[in-house]
Amino acid sequence: MKRRSLIKAFTLSASIAAMGLSWSIQAAETIKVGILHSLSGTMAISETSLKDMALMTIEQINAKGGVNGKMLEAVVVDPASNWPLFAEKSRQLLTQDKVAVVFGCWTSVSRKSVLPVFEELNGLLFYPVQYEGEEMSPNVFYTGAAPNQQAIPAVEYLMSEEGGAAKRYFLLGTDYVYPRTTNKILRAFLHSKGVADKDIEEVYTPFGHSDYQTIVANIKKFSAGGKTAVISTVNGDSNVPFYKELANQGLKATDVPVVAFSVGEEELRGIDAKPLVGHLAAWNYFESVENPVNTQFVSDWKAYAKAKNLPGADKAVTNDPMEATYVGIHMWAQAVEKAKSTDVDKVREALAGQSFKAPSGFTLTMDKTNHHLHKPVMIGEIQDDGQFNVVWETESPVRAQPWSPFIPGNDKRPDYAVKGN
Amino acid sequence: MNLWEPALPAIGPNEHHKDPAMLKALLALLLLLPLAAQAGDADFFIAAKPNEQASLLQAWAAQPDPARLALLSAMQQGRLGADDTRKLRLNNRLRGLLDNALASHQLLSDDATLRLAAARQLQKSAQPAQVAFLDRRFAGEPDAAVHAALGLALANLQLADSNPAVRLAAVRLLGETGDPMARTRLETLLDPAVETDAGVRTAAETSLAQVKRKLLIGELLGQAFSGLSLGSILLLAALGLAITFGLLGVINMAHGEMLMLGAYTTYVVQVLVQRYAPGALEFYPLLALPAAFAVSAGVGMLLERTVIRHLYGRPLETLLATWGISLILIQAIRLIFGAQNVEVANPGWLSGGLQVLPNLVLPYSRIVIIGFALCVVLLTWLLLNRTRLGLNVRAVTQNRNMAACCGVPTGRVDMLAFGLGSGIAGLGGVALSQIGNVGPDLGQSYIIDSFLVVVLGGVGQLAGSLWAAFGLGIANKLLEPQIGAVLGKILILALIILFIQKRPQGLFALKGRVID
Repeated sequence: MKRRSLIKAFTLSASIAAMGLSWSIQAAETIKVGILHSLSGTMAISETSLKDMALMTIEQINAKGGVNGKMLEAVVVDPASNWPLFAEKSRQLLTQDKVAVVFGCWTSVSRKSVLPVFEELNGLLFYPVQYEGEEMSPNVFYTGAAPNQQAIPAVEYLMSEEGGAAKRYFLLGTDYVYPRTTNKILRAFLHSKGVADKDIEEVYTPFGHSDYQTIVANIKKFSAGGKTAVISTVNGDSNVPFYKELANQGLKATDVPVVAFSVGEEELRGIDAKPLVGHLAAWNYFESVENPVNTQFVSDWKAYAKAKNLPGADKAVTNDPMEATYVGIHMWAQAVEKAKSTDVDKVREALAGQSFKAPSGFTLTMDKTNHHLHKPVMIGEIQDDGQFNVVWETESPVRAQPWSPFIPGNDKRPDYAVKGN
Repeated sequence: MNLWEPALPAIGPNEHHKDPAMLKALLALLLLLPLAAQAGDADFFIAAKPNEQASLLQAWAAQPDPARLALLSAMQQGRLGADDTRKLRLNNRLRGLLDNALASHQLLSDDATLRLAAARQLQKSAQPAQVAFLDRRFAGEPDAAVHAALGLALANLQLADSNPAVRLAAVRLLGETGDPMARTRLETLLDPAVETDAGVRTAAETSLAQVKRKLLIGELLGQAFSGLSLGSILLLAALGLAITFGLLGVINMAHGEMLMLGAYTTYVVQVLVQRYAPGALEFYPLLALPAAFAVSAGVGMLLERTVIRHLYGRPLETLLATWGISLILIQAIRLIFGAQNVEVANPGWLSGGLQVLPNLVLPYSRIVIIGFALCVVLLTWLLLNRTRLGLNVRAVTQNRNMAACCGVPTGRVDMLAFGLGSGIAGLGGVALSQIGNVGPDLGQSYIIDSFLVVVLGGVGQLAGSLWAAFGLGIANKLLEPQIGAVLGKILILALIILFIQKRPQGLFALKGRVID
């Protein structure tokens, strides 16, 4: 305990010192933009690239003359996968640095931790990751998927003949709000499709869990009872030992496919993908989709990674949350141009109905009322090069249902953003 | 080719009567097939829609043709032939059907081991359409092991036979396996609505009890193995600390970072081998062992000489200083390699596992790590108890002043002992890199466990650490299936706290007058 508070004190004081040194010189001609992603700790595997993507997008916007004639200036902070630190850092961004907007967070627990700060100070947060829904704050724009834009179509695919016609479902997740809520929704959805409770198993592990022997043995045992699919909401670097254990115990995708909601190209960089061929992921974008916007996006990113000499730049990949970050920043910039101001209330109004031609190959629109993007859904199979082969996708973008109809009481929720929800 | 003609009409109707258009297309394909050369199969397959491809694979599985074996083997590798550059895109369903079709074809092979593997695959995946073919192969199979395996594959399908006598024989045969799938199949037969014959139902009950017994044995062995495996990992993580903290009394918060350095050394060795000696890539972990030991021991000795030796006898300052060092090391690694995890791939001989029972696979990496942990313990024990350095270390630990009086160079011994502890941590890092993540924070996740093991085992005792590590590992794995990973971890921690309250000296206490 002592150790943890010491760590916190140390990082805090160090970053305050750093802030004081570097950011006070700039004059007022720029628009400050906060970037709040973990650059260390268990979530660094996923979040670091979002920070770099945000910086690249800002650089591109500046190269085209900035927004309303002003340059954007990024303020990067590291909340170190430490949820309370997210709240402290966001307060610092909003009150000391006076940023116009913040792009950040990955885990839902970090978003829940900063939410009261943004509502209290009337800040603006763009959240780029798929999540469990059950939230619609006027101070947040959600550019990732809601459950009906990711989790539910994925399970429908598993049920179909093409997806293997699974009869039993093993829900495996990291123990926090996103997996628990998603699994609650999925359980209700599976019930509605006639899957009985005895055919659903729910298991949770702590953050950073690294010993998946028992769990993989249980999956094997469970799968003997009929065609089984694993729905994984395991987050962060725990995915590596989980997939390694799966491969070592000889559980192949043809026997038991694993569909993951938090594993993308970036996470697969840390794994030898050959034993994982055929396992699935559901997202709204894959690097492998073929269209001119994406070709440009991917080559821009690779060039940027090389130019900035990012670690592992020769193998740089793009993924869904990076695309969502990119789309989010562009939409915000468009809205600021439209509102001719960075004032949060004016920008919020201008964002409704804003649209952007995204690398996914679709023109994405910000919904007029619910603060979520209309997104296409894609299901990809892992290939041996760590890329995904899209095996199923929707024909057009789907409107988000942040209040899932599969959770009782949600039918009474308003379809517009209200504080404290 | 002549295999095809007589059976042609039987293929389609039972499978595809729902979709006449597709059936027609399929029949057209099949009729054309005998005329075309074998390369034609590949062209037909690639031109077909996914649904037709599935039907094609099913038809191939039911009517294997030896000439198609090469194509199917190539398809499993993601190609259409040895010199065909077209890209083959398969999904899971097709991949499963392909495995099944390939197994069907491999049954025609002359190689008995290949036939055995094929028969095992068919136990999992055989379809009703394959009964006739399997029956023929079963009758003509010369090899006893393959014969038995085929019998089981056939029995799975015969459970749905219309003749009760065939069903009864199949049920009896399934009772002799420990196959987890057999359990579900037999369970469905207990229902009078599914199985009308009372004799078969009773036989199913007996067989089910047999299968369940065999499965239980596999499960218990599996739990014991995962306990041992977790224990060996804890042991490797804690063994270095048992020396630096246990023997030298340094509260070494940077111990986890020694593990991390070992893991990163493994990564560097892997990259170097890949670049300069790709042929030896299979054995890079063996090369990494001395390198990791040297790097960690070197860093350890450097630390001891520059920082820690000034702080002997001041535990609080040591704690803070070593913790500071751990932060410096983490940040240094982050600056050099980036905050992201690096990829350490398992070589071929550490991937996959040993199938002991139908429901028990022991991964090679874990078997090797258990053996490795025991070797390291043995070597450390020998070093401490059978060499001059070990004697000196023990003397200095027990009474520094007296040892100095007797001419033991205490400063050098301290340095070497600290280096040894760090080096062993480096070896642990090599092992950890094979099963988990390699990132700058790797050490942080093991430091608590390491201290737990050393404190629980009794400070200053190697044997204590050994028992504590395996005890914790097994207790953890026994609790996990009952109450889940999260609660299990909490409960273990609570139990240890209670235990330490009751017995502060740990499992094994040093006997005699120990100077603190």
